[in-house]
Amino acid sequence: MTQPILRPGAGRASSAPLVGNESEPTLFEFSSPGRRAFSLRTTAIPALRADELIPAEHLRPDALELAEVSERDLVGHFTRLAHRQYSVDLGAYPLGSCTMKYNPKSCDEAAALRSFASVHPTTPVHAVQGWLQVLVELEEALCKITGMAAATLQPAAGAAGELTGLLLMRAYHEARGDNRTRVIIPDSAHGTNPASVTLGGYEVTTVGSDGRGFVNVDQLKGALGPDVAGIMLTNPNTLGLFEEDIVEVARLVHEVGGLLYYDGANLNPILGVVRPGDMGFDIVHMNLHKTFATPHGGGGPGAGPVAVSPRLADYLPGPRPVRDRSGSVGFSLELPPHSIGRVHSYYGNALVLLRAWTYIRLNGADGLRRVADMAVLNANWLRERLRGVYDFPYDRPVMHECVISVSTLKRTTGMRALDVAKRLLEFGFHSPTVYFPLIVDEALMIEPTETESPETIAALADALIDIAREAEREHAQGTQLTSSHAPTSTPVQRVDEARAARRLVSTYDARH
Amino acid sequence: MPDFVPHTREDMDRMLKFLGLNSTDELFASIPAAIRLAGGLDLESGLSEADVAVELATIGAANLATGTGGTGLVCFAGGGAYDHEVPAVTRALAGRSEFVTAYTPYQPEVAQGVLEALFEYQTFISRISGLPISNSSLYDGSAALVEAVNLAVAETGSSRVLVSTGIHPRWRSVLATFAKGTGHQIEAVRLIDGVTDWASVTGNQAGCVVVGYPNYVGAIESLASARSLADRLGALLVVCQDPVSAGLLKSPGTGGADVVVGEAQAFGTSLSFGGPYLGFLACAERLVRRLPGRLVGETVDLTGKRSYVTTLRAREQDIRRERASSNVCTNETLMAVTAAIQLGWLGTAGIREIAIAGARAANYARKRFAEIPEIQFATAAPMFREFTLRLPIAASETIDLLLEEGYLAGIALKEGYEGTDLEETLLLAFTERRTKEEIDHFVAAVRKVAVR
Repeated sequence: MTQPILRPGAGRASSAPLVGNESEPTLFEFSSPGRRAFSLRTTAIPALRADELIPAEHLRPDALELAEVSERDLVGHFTRLAHRQYSVDLGAYPLGSCTMKYNPKSCDEAAALRSFASVHPTTPVHAVQGWLQVLVELEEALCKITGMAAATLQPAAGAAGELTGLLLMRAYHEARGDNRTRVIIPDSAHGTNPASVTLGGYEVTTVGSDGRGFVNVDQLKGALGPDVAGIMLTNPNTLGLFEEDIVEVARLVHEVGGLLYYDGANLNPILGVVRPGDMGFDIVHMNLHKTFATPHGGGGPGAGPVAVSPRLADYLPGPRPVRDRSGSVGFSLELPPHSIGRVHSYYGNALVLLRAWTYIRLNGADGLRRVADMAVLNANWLRERLRGVYDFPYDRPVMHECVISVSTLKRTTGMRALDVAKRLLEFGFHSPTVYFPLIVDEALMIEPTETESPETIAALADALIDIAREAEREHAQGTQLTSSHAPTSTPVQRVDEARAARRLVSTYDARH
Repeated sequence: MPDFVPHTREDMDRMLKFLGLNSTDELFASIPAAIRLAGGLDLESGLSEADVAVELATIGAANLATGTGGTGLVCFAGGGAYDHEVPAVTRALAGRSEFVTAYTPYQPEVAQGVLEALFEYQTFISRISGLPISNSSLYDGSAALVEAVNLAVAETGSSRVLVSTGIHPRWRSVLATFAKGTGHQIEAVRLIDGVTDWASVTGNQAGCVVVGYPNYVGAIESLASARSLADRLGALLVVCQDPVSAGLLKSPGTGGADVVVGEAQAFGTSLSFGGPYLGFLACAERLVRRLPGRLVGETVDLTGKRSYVTTLRAREQDIRRERASSNVCTNETLMAVTAAIQLGWLGTAGIREIAIAGARAANYARKRFAEIPEIQFATAAPMFREFTLRLPIAASETIDLLLEEGYLAGIALKEGYEGTDLEETLLLAFTERRTKEEIDHFVAAVRKVAVR
C-alpha cells in the first residue's frame, strides 16, 4: 500500500514478526545425569558431611532434582526461547493502557552499576547516601510532575500502589473519626481498581459513562454521600479521553468529604501539560514501567510509587528517605507521624526506581513534554488513518490511545476484535489490548506511544486496514476468513486455552 | 540530551497538518485551560547519556557496595537478601532484551519464550517447596506472605492469623499494614530459644498458622508441631521457606505445609538494595482455584503442537474485578525467568552444593565465635546457615564499627524483636561465597570492635 502521508525520503517502518516454528523442549528434557554447569568459589572451609552440620531428622532423604545440563545447553535453550518472544526491542507494541515505549539502554546500564546493584538493603544509612539521594530526588521529581506534596516509592507495582492509596484513604478518614464504607469507580476502570478496593476493606460503587465517554456526572451525584471514602479515576480515561468535567467531579467528591484517587496508568500523555494535583486529586499512583520507560520484564518488575497532597503526607508508608535536617548526613530515614506502615520489605523496587531516575534525568522538563506531545500526536494520527475502516465509538480527539471497535466488521464479515489482534501478529506488530474497556463492543485499544516513528505508525495503520479489507473480500467471496484462524506463521498458532484450564498441567512433573 | 522520540520537525508538521492542527498545543484542547500547567515542569533540562553516567558514578561513590577481595564490603548480612554467586551466563541470558522488554504474555502465539521459562520456574518452585502448584511470581517474600494469608483466610473462613515471631520482621510489618484493609486478626507467637512457642497459643480455631523454615533467626523449626497446631485449630499451615535450604533440608510440602512462600532473590538476582526481588508461592492442588497471581499451563495449539498459556484466568482481577482473590497484575516475571536460568545453571548438584557450603561456613564461623568467651549465641536451636550473636556492645554499633573494617557484619535485630531477649543481637548469614580466610578475619574484627 502506498503511504502518501509520509514525507519523501522517509525511512522504512521498524517492526518485524517473530520467526522459529520448532517446539523448544523444556530444560528438563535436555537433562543428562551427571552433567553440570556450575562452579563456586574455593573456600578452604572444612568439608563436613551434612549430618555433621544438621540433625539427620531435618535432612532430605533424596536429592532435590532440578536439571543436569551444561552451560552450552543452558545458553542454547534460553536463546531459542528468546527467539520465541516478541518484545519492544523487536518492534512496535501498541498494547493499550500499557505504554510499551522503547526502554533506553543507558537506564539498564545504570541499574547494572555495582555501586547500586550490589548494595544490601540493610546497609546502615550513612553507607547508602548515594541510594537515598537517588530515591529522594526521584520522589521530588515525581511530585513536581504530578503536582503533589510527598510520595512513597515502596509499592512494587501499580496494583500495590492502588492498595497503598486506599489504605492511605482509610487512615485519613479514620483519623478524623469518619467511618466511610464505599469507593466509587467508573465502569471504564482497570480491573485492578475494584480488586484493590475490596482488599482496602471498601465496597465498590460503579458509576456509568455518559454519551461522550466521560464519567456520568448525574449518576455520580446520585452515588455520592457521606459514606463515600473516595473515587478512583484514570485520566485520561481508558477510552483515551481526557475527563473534561474533572474539576466538577473533584468539587462534588470533595464536597461530601471524599478523596480523589488518580490511577496513573495513563500519565504518559499529560507529562508537563497538566498535573493530577491541579485537577484536584489527593492520591496519585504512577506506573514507572509505563510512563518512565522502565522495561516490563515480560510481566514485571514494575514500580508503583504513590504521591499525595499535603493533608495525606503524614500517613505515608515508612520509614522513608528524606533530606536530613540534622546536618550530620545528607539523607536519612524518617517515619511519618501517622504512617500506615511498610508496604514493602525495603525501599521498593530500587533498581527500577534508579532506571526511572535516569530516564527523567536524560529527558528533563523539555524531553518529558515532548514525550506527551508525540504520544498524543501518534495516537490521533493513527486514529484518523483508520477512520471509515473501523468504528469510532465516542468519536473525539484522544490523548495517548484510541479505542476503535470491530462491531460493524463483525456484523458484516464475522471478524471479531480477537481475530484482528491475532492477524496483526503476522504483520510484525504486537496486538493491541482487546475487549477493553468493557463499555466498548469488540474493542481494540491501541496505544502507539511516542517512540514509534511515523513510518511505523503508518505501517501499523496499513496492516489494520489490510486486515479489514481482507475480511471484506473473503466474506464477499464466501471463503473462510484468514483472520479467523490467524496467526499461522508465529512460533505457535492459536492455543487451546480451554484445555489448559480443564486439564491443568502447570509443571513438567504434572505432564506425566 | 538524547532524544528517544523519532519525530523530526517535518514529521511533526505533516502529522499536525493531516489532523488539521497548527500546533501540538491544540492536541490538548480538551483539557480545561484553568488547570493546564503554565510554564512547563519545574525540572532541570535533560542531560546527555555521558553526563548522566558521570553524575551516577559520583552519586554511586557514596554507597558502600558488597564485594570480595577489597572491592567492597564482605557480606555477612542475610535476612532474606543473600550474597550468592551470579555467574556470567545468568546475567547474559536474563539480560536478553526479548525477556527484558516484553510485556505480560497476553498473546501466547508470540510469548512462548517467557511462558515456557515460567513453566520451568513453576516446576523448580514446585520441587523446592514440595507442593504441586506454583504461581509465576509475586513482588517479594512479604507480598507472597500477604497473599498466602489472604488465601488461607478465604479458604477457612477464619480471619485469625497466628504468625511466628520467627518470621521476617519486615514481612510481619507489611502483613500488619495490609491487615488494616482486610481486617485480619494477626497474633504474634513468641520464640523461646529461637523456636516458636506454639504451646502458648490458646483458643480452638484459626485461619492460618505461619512458621519460618528455617526461621528468620536461623533456627530449623519443627514443622510437625506447627502442623498439629494447625490441625487442632482447623487452620492452613503456611511455611515461609528459605528456598536455598531445600538443597539439604526436607521440603515443607512433605512436612505438611498447605502453602509455601518465600523470597527467591537468592536465585540469580543481585542484592539490588532490596528490589526487585522474587516472591514465590506454592500450594496444594485443592487450593489452586484460590491461587493469587498468574499461572502458566501447558496446552496445544490448533495444529496439536505443545504450547503454553496463562491459565485459570477466571481467578484474576481483570475478570473477577471486585470479587478477585488478589489485585496482583504486574508481578516479577523477569526475576522468575532469571531464577529458572540460575536453577538450570546450579542443577541438581549445585543446589545441594550451595546449601551445604552455606551450612559449612556457618558451622565453621560458629566454632570460631565459640572460642571467644565474651560472645554468646543467642539461641541453641539447630541452624542451617544463619545464627545470632549476643555481644558485649549493641549489634547496631558493632555493624557501624565493622563497616570501617570492610564488613557488612550482619543485621541488628530491633524492629519486631522489641523487648525480647533477641533485641540488639546480631544476625549473621553465610553463603557459598564466604571463604575460610574471610571468616577468620571477620571473627577477629568482631572481637576487636566488640570485646574491649
